[in-house]
Amino acid sequence: MIFEGTAHKYGRDVDTDVIIPARYLNTHDPGELAAHCMEDIDRDFIGRVQPGDIIVADENFGCGSSREQAPVAIRAAGVSCVVATSFARIFYRNAINIGLPILVCPEAAAGVENGDRLRVDLDKGEVVNLTRETTYQADRFPEFMQEIVTAGGLMKHVKKRKQSGGANA
Amino acid sequence: MAKPMNITEKILARACGQVEVRAGDFVNARLDLALANDITAPLAIQEFEAAGMTRVWDPEKVVLVCDHFVPNKDIKSAEQAKLVREFARRQGLTNFYDVGRMGIEHVILPEKGLVVPGDVVIGADSHTCTYGALGAFATGVGSTDLAAGMATGEVWLRVPETVRFNYEGEPGRYVTGKDYILYTIGLIGVDGALYQAMEFCGSAIKALSMDGRFTMCNMAIEAGGKNGIVEPDATTEEYCRGRALREPVMMKSDEGAEYERVIDIDVGSIELQVAKPHLPSNTVPASELADLKIDQVVIGSCTNGRIEDLRMAAEVLKGRKVHPDVRAIVFPGSQLVYQQAIGEGLVDVFIDAEVAVSTPTCGPCLGGHMGILAAGERCVSTTNRNFVGRMGHTESEVYLAGPYVAAATAIAGTVAVPEEVLA
Repeated sequence: MIFEGTAHKYGRDVDTDVIIPARYLNTHDPGELAAHCMEDIDRDFIGRVQPGDIIVADENFGCGSSREQAPVAIRAAGVSCVVATSFARIFYRNAINIGLPILVCPEAAAGVENGDRLRVDLDKGEVVNLTRETTYQADRFPEFMQEIVTAGGLMKHVKKRKQSGGANA
Repeated sequence: MAKPMNITEKILARACGQVEVRAGDFVNARLDLALANDITAPLAIQEFEAAGMTRVWDPEKVVLVCDHFVPNKDIKSAEQAKLVREFARRQGLTNFYDVGRMGIEHVILPEKGLVVPGDVVIGADSHTCTYGALGAFATGVGSTDLAAGMATGEVWLRVPETVRFNYEGEPGRYVTGKDYILYTIGLIGVDGALYQAMEFCGSAIKALSMDGRFTMCNMAIEAGGKNGIVEPDATTEEYCRGRALREPVMMKSDEGAEYERVIDIDVGSIELQVAKPHLPSNTVPASELADLKIDQVVIGSCTNGRIEDLRMAAEVLKGRKVHPDVRAIVFPGSQLVYQQAIGEGLVDVFIDAEVAVSTPTCGPCLGGHMGILAAGERCVSTTNRNFVGRMGHTESEVYLAGPYVAAATAIAGTVAVPEEVLA
């Protein structure tokens, strides 16, 4: 899968409260959540973001609460992929489980500036900075997680395992 | 014969039916409980049903608690809680807790004996790591992970590396588990234990009450940790007596078990801590903030809403009045804690001091309801997060502290330690 879009660059420790503030968690409708995505860290984000755009951040992206509404809001806002130096644990799992592409790529986080045009090749784990004509290599997913990604998310993976008798029926 | 393992590895090995596991292994662990709340359950139920699942794997082991936006704060919250309620009835869940019978999830699950030592628990709430205080493996997950857990009774996990924290020495007067954990997060940072287990050991942990241990394990997530854990001992046994609904399995770390690193902390050198905005790692001794004016004080939450926490607050508030410029709010963590507080006369102390006492709810901690901050307002809170906008307006500020500092601050109107107001 290949995505191309503009980078929206953030610093470290972007928490789930700023990705989607709790005051909007009285709904789980993706469209409503998307309307408030990144509101408390970047009020203009939702006005600027275009389908396919890419969020790039430093360490510990998605720290804090377990709310899956955070990756749901990001995906529903049209973001194709999140690239970060590192992800907080629950956000990382949630993104994989719902099928929001994420890449751990410290080089990209260090080299990309806000507004750069990027092309991400998910299969190769490659981030190409079209503005700066540089290519960054991301870490590969462990095989176990790759299976979930390939299945199209956790529930599809579980269904497959249940059908083959792999989990408790 | 298995290699020496630490307590987290031993619990996970047992739960996946292996003689041994190592940090870095991927395992499918059998679940003892799967938990969600009124914010995370709706999404989990949607995923569960969209995947064509009809029955949960065990109606006694799926626990749903309405605690975040209840008593319902608005129509949308009411719709979400209704969805959870109807699912619980449809599935015949034994452990569904709603208004009047509920409390904050991480206070009531241990209190009701639903979690016991040796368990593996996932919860669609990041503070699920609280139960590590019982010597259980407990970790927060998202709604889809929870949906898969409800369907299969299993969860996939990467066995974490463990960081061992040794707390030795004698704590100063009024220094509590909250100060230990805030100090620790200040030391290692908000991703200082990312993906790792935090094992809390040493003589100061042995001396700590169960309530103090819950507070510490609760905040493991604020250092990025997968779980916090304390080896069960006589204090744990005493807590479980007459409460545990299943037979506890008391595990201990083996001699020679592996640790990613070991950090020694002398609790005698820990002063009363406050985490300044906007990260829990931004800690300073409370004495450094002496002139800082405060508008609101919140005492409660899954971090500090247990009976011992309310006793600490009452010890300081007894016979005194909250500063005229401060709104102080106490949230008992459960109906039982509330009733105990009434029985012990703590609620009288609070009301005499002009503190508002609320039904249990997560409300103000996450800026949901019942204590939202306006622009420019400052709050000292016994909760767990002080991110931008956490309790309301993005220009409001949250300072995290333990119940002693929170209560002293309520009286002084500025950040204070108990000695200043008890004189």
